[in-house]
Amino acid sequence: MLHIKCPHCGMRSQNEFSYGGDATVKRPELNKEVTDQEWDNFVYNRVSPRGKHLELWQHLSGCRQWIKVERDTATHEIFKTYKANEEIA
Amino acid sequence: MTQSYRIETGGLINRNKKISFKFNGTSYFGYEGDTLASALLANGVHLVGRSFKYHRPRGFFGAGVDEPYAVVQLYRNGETEPNIKATEQELFEGLEASSVNCWPSVNFDIGAINNFLKIFLPAGFYYKTFMWPKSFWYKIYEPFIRKAAGLGVASTKHDKERYEHKYEYCDLLIAGSGPSGLASAYSAAKNGAKVILAEDKPRYGGSLLTSDVNIGNQSGKDWADGIISELKEMPNVTVKNRSQVFGYYDHNMLVMSEKVSDHLPKTKKYHPNKRLWYIRAKEVLISSGSIERPIVFGNNDTPGVMLSSAAKEYLKVYGVLVGKKPLVFTNNDSGYETAIEFKKHGVEPIVLDSRSNPQSEIIDEAKNLGINIKNSYVVVAAQGYKKVKSADVATISEDKKTLGKIENINCDCICVSGFWTPTIHLVSQSGNKTKFNEEIDAFVPGVSKQNETTLGAANGVFTLEETLKTSFEKGKELSKKITEKDNEISIPNVVEKKYSKHDKFWCVPLPKGKSYKRFLDFQNDVAVSDVEIALREGYRSIEHVKRYTTLGMATDQGKTSNLNGLQLVSEIENKVVPSVGHTTFRPPYTPISIGAIVGREVGKHSKPTRKSPIHNWHEEHNAVFVDAGVWLRPRYYKRGNETLFEASKREAKNVRTNVGVCDVTTLGKIDVKGPDAAEFLNRVYTNAWLKLPVGKARYGVMLREDGIVMDDGTTTRISENHYHMTTTTAQAANVLSHLEYYLQLVWPELNVNVVSTTEQWAGAAIAGPKSRDLLQKLFPKTDVSNEGLPFMGYVEGDLFGVKARIFRISFSGELAYEVNVESDNGRFMWEKIIELGEEFQIQPYGTEALSTLRIEMGHVAGSELDGRTIPYDNALEGLLSKKKDFIGKRSLQRAAFVAEDRQRIVGVVPLDKKN
Repeated sequence: MLHIKCPHCGMRSQNEFSYGGDATVKRPELNKEVTDQEWDNFVYNRVSPRGKHLELWQHLSGCRQWIKVERDTATHEIFKTYKANEEIA
Repeated sequence: MTQSYRIETGGLINRNKKISFKFNGTSYFGYEGDTLASALLANGVHLVGRSFKYHRPRGFFGAGVDEPYAVVQLYRNGETEPNIKATEQELFEGLEASSVNCWPSVNFDIGAINNFLKIFLPAGFYYKTFMWPKSFWYKIYEPFIRKAAGLGVASTKHDKERYEHKYEYCDLLIAGSGPSGLASAYSAAKNGAKVILAEDKPRYGGSLLTSDVNIGNQSGKDWADGIISELKEMPNVTVKNRSQVFGYYDHNMLVMSEKVSDHLPKTKKYHPNKRLWYIRAKEVLISSGSIERPIVFGNNDTPGVMLSSAAKEYLKVYGVLVGKKPLVFTNNDSGYETAIEFKKHGVEPIVLDSRSNPQSEIIDEAKNLGINIKNSYVVVAAQGYKKVKSADVATISEDKKTLGKIENINCDCICVSGFWTPTIHLVSQSGNKTKFNEEIDAFVPGVSKQNETTLGAANGVFTLEETLKTSFEKGKELSKKITEKDNEISIPNVVEKKYSKHDKFWCVPLPKGKSYKRFLDFQNDVAVSDVEIALREGYRSIEHVKRYTTLGMATDQGKTSNLNGLQLVSEIENKVVPSVGHTTFRPPYTPISIGAIVGREVGKHSKPTRKSPIHNWHEEHNAVFVDAGVWLRPRYYKRGNETLFEASKREAKNVRTNVGVCDVTTLGKIDVKGPDAAEFLNRVYTNAWLKLPVGKARYGVMLREDGIVMDDGTTTRISENHYHMTTTTAQAANVLSHLEYYLQLVWPELNVNVVSTTEQWAGAAIAGPKSRDLLQKLFPKTDVSNEGLPFMGYVEGDLFGVKARIFRISFSGELAYEVNVESDNGRFMWEKIIELGEEFQIQPYGTEALSTLRIEMGHVAGSELDGRTIPYDNALEGLLSKKKDFIGKRSLQRAAFVAEDRQRIVGVVPLDKKN
């Protein structure tokens, strides 16, 4: 079970969080024309890397904030966590 | 029966307390502190079961967690548990156990015919033979094989025992209470660190219980007892016996199973049977020790062949002789310790040492005691079927390839020692890349991945002096990092005997013309010949060889067999062991009962049960409940002998003719507040929301980004910047997360807050032609006329002093309202509705009637919004705005979603318009 540092609450066990997928995916702007390919990339296509991955988690049973977690998908090492609006270095 | 193999005095058992027990229907006696294994051996019982494949007789091989043979079916307090290791099961008054995998009895087992057919049952036999015809597998082959193989039988009854889960944090978790565990725990505890020390056995001390050493002028055992009692007194230390740390997971999370009640005839009231500890440790010290490995020889599975360390443990801890004419077969000095113990108790052992001329202190001691030692000698094969009767022995050449003339020695047990294998299971589970140590012919921990340190024998260190020194230092160093305290500890003097080098010899060659089975894996009946077949057939990876032969795949997970298997593969392949590599160590280290893993989350405890504040009223009025997500909702209110169908028909009909009331408290409710709330709803819902006036409600549908309908419900504008959203009961939590996702991540510029108010409001839906008349009685001061409260209108009202929200919304096609009051007033509201509704023939209705009414009206019900449908499929496409963008809109253009032949829900009307 992972140990995740919520930037708002501190170190918490994984079972307080829910996983939210790739954090680098950007939703196309509203009312903007997008091609099928662009839309498919937003909704479906993910890279699933082995190694460093920036991902979303929600601190569901805590402060309910969505946070960004930089995690190694192979080793589960967590390098850093960010608030939703924080600049990623 | 008399305990003819129990010595007069000695051992750590309590001879003042006799305990009676039954094995295979026969009554025996043992003492308090015995295991089932030691008590049976004391009574001279060596035959405990039959092997997995060939049904060969099985005895005892070890004295603890590594035991491959002695698994029994246990009966306790009216229940039965399969596959219990007799070597781990402590004796209690009235214990009953029986053999597994034999029929009709362990003495005469029909399945043993496999033993004579063994030439037909080599590795891969099942894979090759039971393939054709394919249809035979399920009906004939599999049931037959399952019956013939397999171990114990699981109980089919409901488990009455209680299992607990516990979450714990500590500075240092120490797995194993041998010398290294005790020393590191002591110095860490002295530095004020929060320490958990876990021991899987009932007694603390590990190897100190059986070794002949001296620490600080005390015996090893006395020193261990002293440290333990001091640790127990310290408030920052938790000491746990009967507790096995069995899994090392990510981020230093370890799981430990504590056997709370297994050693008692019956679980004490309010106590659990087992407790599973989830421990998050800052540092982990692994002091799991080592397990002796066997030397492979012919018929080495005969009852009476056992590990030399086990024979010593039975003697020193339990005061039990495993035989009276013992043969000790060793390639290192450990065997001599066992031989010396036998000799001290008046039993004459013979030692066969594969080495030609070993020299050491302990060998000198054995010689001085007059023990018969034969160098360059090996056991070629054990003789005897249900018990060792003699051994065929021979000299062996220096290159270990040629045997001399075979002689036969009379003996009743063969104690075998092939040197020691560090227990690196936890280390390996943690992600540590283990390395091969040529010096000891075994794998040891390499570079740590997590905060784990391995000490003592588990780290391949077999001298007590070095173990104690490094363990005291490590405990101190690691705790100092955490507590910033640095207390001096004086390291005690150690007196121990020095070992000479072991012989890199592990398998006795077959004599000419003999085809003895030489077993590697004792529980799964995997012999040297099976591994040879697998390699001959082209299996190369050790992982493949393991699966093809089932080597190391039994419940003991190859604790005594893996390394010898690797030796064999590397020898045949002409590789060195490290390049063959070992198979992956996975948790659990030893079998853990399913009950402990499940914990208390069974039945009603598996999820919370949520009840509306009106629940008790429903119960008092014969409601039959149904699970709706985590909520309990009335399905119907039973009158007399009514069936579900009759009751729901009556309730629905009453709504159509009079008035009905339904508890809708369970609906999800979310407060949406802020200056941008309207804009936000406009993006979330598929229909238009910007122009909804204050005091009006609107029905809306929301999609996921992939175009699938996520949820539906009404949202009401309570005031300028305040909306009250309702969701379906099942989706309430998901919708809230969904809204939070968009507000926090996608459109953080929107000034909106959302919060769940599901539990703050109790709700009642009042539906039927007479609902307005009833509403007027409930709210005499409020104008609820069609003009005062029009369709989809909202007003606040006063319900006899209680503040209420009144919505005119309908899902039944009838005139209908929903009244919300603060939860605490829920029952008051409900009883008022029932009381004042009496003159209008009001009846409560449940979810069954609710669904009937919805379907009759052609409205979507929960089962249609199942996460697979788009708005068109549910005839909701009229709610899709063409003028604005919303979540999921772009997806609706996908080819499959606009296909002509899409399935769609349609209404059905009977032609005769009657039924």
